[in-house]
Amino acid sequence: MSDHRSEYDQRLRQSGTGTASPAGTSALLDAAVVTAEESFDHPEFDDEGVSTAPPVGSSWRLVGRRFVRHKVAVVSLIILLFVGALATFASVVSPYDFNPPLTSEVLDDARQPPSWEHLFGTDKLGRDQFTRVLYALQKSLLIGLGVAFLSVVIGVSIGSMAGFYGGMTDSALMRFTDLVLVVPELAVLLIVAKNPDPSFFGVFHFPPATTVPGMILILAALGWMAIARIVRGEFLSLREKEYVEAARAAGASGRRIIWRHLLPNAIGPIVVFATLEVGAAILAEATLSFLGAGIQLPEVSLGNLISDAESTVGTDLAYLIVFPGLTLFLIVLCVNFVGDGLRDALDPKATS
Amino acid sequence: MLRRVAASIPVLLLASVLVFLLVREFGADPARVRCQASRDVHCRERAQKELGLNASLPEQFVTFMGDFVRGDWGQSQRTDQSVAESIRGDLWETSQLAFWAVLFSGGIALAVGVYSASRPYSRGDYLFTGLAFAGIAMPTFWFGLLTIQYLAFEPQKILGTTEPIFYSIPNPVASGAVDYFRGLALPVLVLSVQLVAGWSRYQRSSMLEELNSDYIRTARAKGLTRRRVVWKHGLRNSLSALVTVVALDVGALFGGLIITERIFSRPGMGTLLLSAVNNGDTQIVLPWMLVVGAFIIVFNLIADVAYGILDPRVRLQ
Repeated sequence: MSDHRSEYDQRLRQSGTGTASPAGTSALLDAAVVTAEESFDHPEFDDEGVSTAPPVGSSWRLVGRRFVRHKVAVVSLIILLFVGALATFASVVSPYDFNPPLTSEVLDDARQPPSWEHLFGTDKLGRDQFTRVLYALQKSLLIGLGVAFLSVVIGVSIGSMAGFYGGMTDSALMRFTDLVLVVPELAVLLIVAKNPDPSFFGVFHFPPATTVPGMILILAALGWMAIARIVRGEFLSLREKEYVEAARAAGASGRRIIWRHLLPNAIGPIVVFATLEVGAAILAEATLSFLGAGIQLPEVSLGNLISDAESTVGTDLAYLIVFPGLTLFLIVLCVNFVGDGLRDALDPKATS
Repeated sequence: MLRRVAASIPVLLLASVLVFLLVREFGADPARVRCQASRDVHCRERAQKELGLNASLPEQFVTFMGDFVRGDWGQSQRTDQSVAESIRGDLWETSQLAFWAVLFSGGIALAVGVYSASRPYSRGDYLFTGLAFAGIAMPTFWFGLLTIQYLAFEPQKILGTTEPIFYSIPNPVASGAVDYFRGLALPVLVLSVQLVAGWSRYQRSSMLEELNSDYIRTARAKGLTRRRVVWKHGLRNSLSALVTVVALDVGALFGGLIITERIFSRPGMGTLLLSAVNNGDTQIVLPWMLVVGAFIIVFNLIADVAYGILDPRVRLQ
């Protein structure tokens, strides 16, 4: 524990110069700090407080070794892999169907409290809640990963263009990013998710938010801003480095410099933010589905399972709410811990 | 100061363009929503005409903004109530909830942050770190339902009272301060989970940074007590960071109470938007978004200015 502590303090001191930027606590909270802080229109917040990252990722084995030291993160990763496996092989794991034909046998099983046969109990129609949660998890995980991937693609594209080209490109792209940040997120998501036939000016139609791809699209459309800012900040400091100058002198094209020299060195924060985005997207999907704007029954999602069971609050059937929510809470918590572990592991300022 | 205020006007304008585009282009077609239940073939055509949807988007935007600026926000399509009036009323409801939540969370976050910073890496600090992680991962809507189950219904069952201690929905016959807070307790608690989680970490790190700086060491070296150093020097100098982040978050609260209001069936901005979206009452949606967006921008500005006032170093630069 003691060497972790000194690392921590060192980081605190190093990042605390010049700006009011409170130094790193955990990745998660820093995410909040960065966004909150950068929303001011202060020039001094723009470029500083962003780590001037020396090469990371030169040795993934080193990163792995440091990650393993973060015990909570390792346990979280194991839980996530286990839950992911359960969800993926739901049809093998569970003897039940998530929407079984309502035969009298199934209906006889209605309103069973949690037991070994029905881990999470059964609902009013005798459907096994554990099975329903597993199938819902498939969607949650798919959406979480999909949104993280797509947000990274959008965020990295915008952030790297802004950071690399600077000047007008930078101001235009970053003003746009600021603008998207001002928009009340959940409200816009609700409005867009309610559209049964969304299209881009009537030309390019995309799937509605009641489907998994549609949900991924709209969540990613409002989830890329943090990554764009981070990448831009990294690029602004990286592009002044000697090796970039050397590459330029050697006649490397802009694209080559971005891909070969800048992106690999900015990979640390990108990976951390992508991880946190997985958790945020899973929560956002559940929230939208809970509000009736996402995945619709009979397709199950963690959100609509809870809203479906909302009327059981105050009755003996309240376990129908407890378990889907607990699952949701646990996986988001685990994802965030993994993000925290990755942050520690990828931190270039840590020495060992 | 004035320059900053002036600079936020184009932001507001551009944000309205973006919001308008998002709502009109990516939201559901209002005419279609309105005619969902209608069998009249011409319903949609007529609705389009009535709502002015036949004009081009820029034209619609100019018309809308013109009306908006002049204070003509139109009527709700469903209830014929004035949009401006319902927004004003609901803004008041939401502000009350937001006010108490911010006061409560701010106090707790401050205490937790100061505790953690003055005893870093102690058991208590780790406990609060864990709780902060839990708070951030907590699905608000689920936690809300749990509080109703375990803080309203279950205690009522155990105590055998006719009424729960804390109301899970606003009591229509509520009167007096006691009833007022019985209704507010659970929503405030639910809101506080996330606010405290974020703010306490923020306070911890900004205060830890202060406590690790040279002037604190000097103060200790010249013989000031630890308590005095923590509370007077450390706390005072770390506050500017917390105040700023609180101001930013408060701006987002006006449009961010959708879930809490929905769970506890409270009137307010969130409920207004949710019913407007569910009923296709698009007249409400755009003014709502602009008002909420304006709050966010104004509080960004407040945060900015507050930071300059509280931290003289920023002013000098």
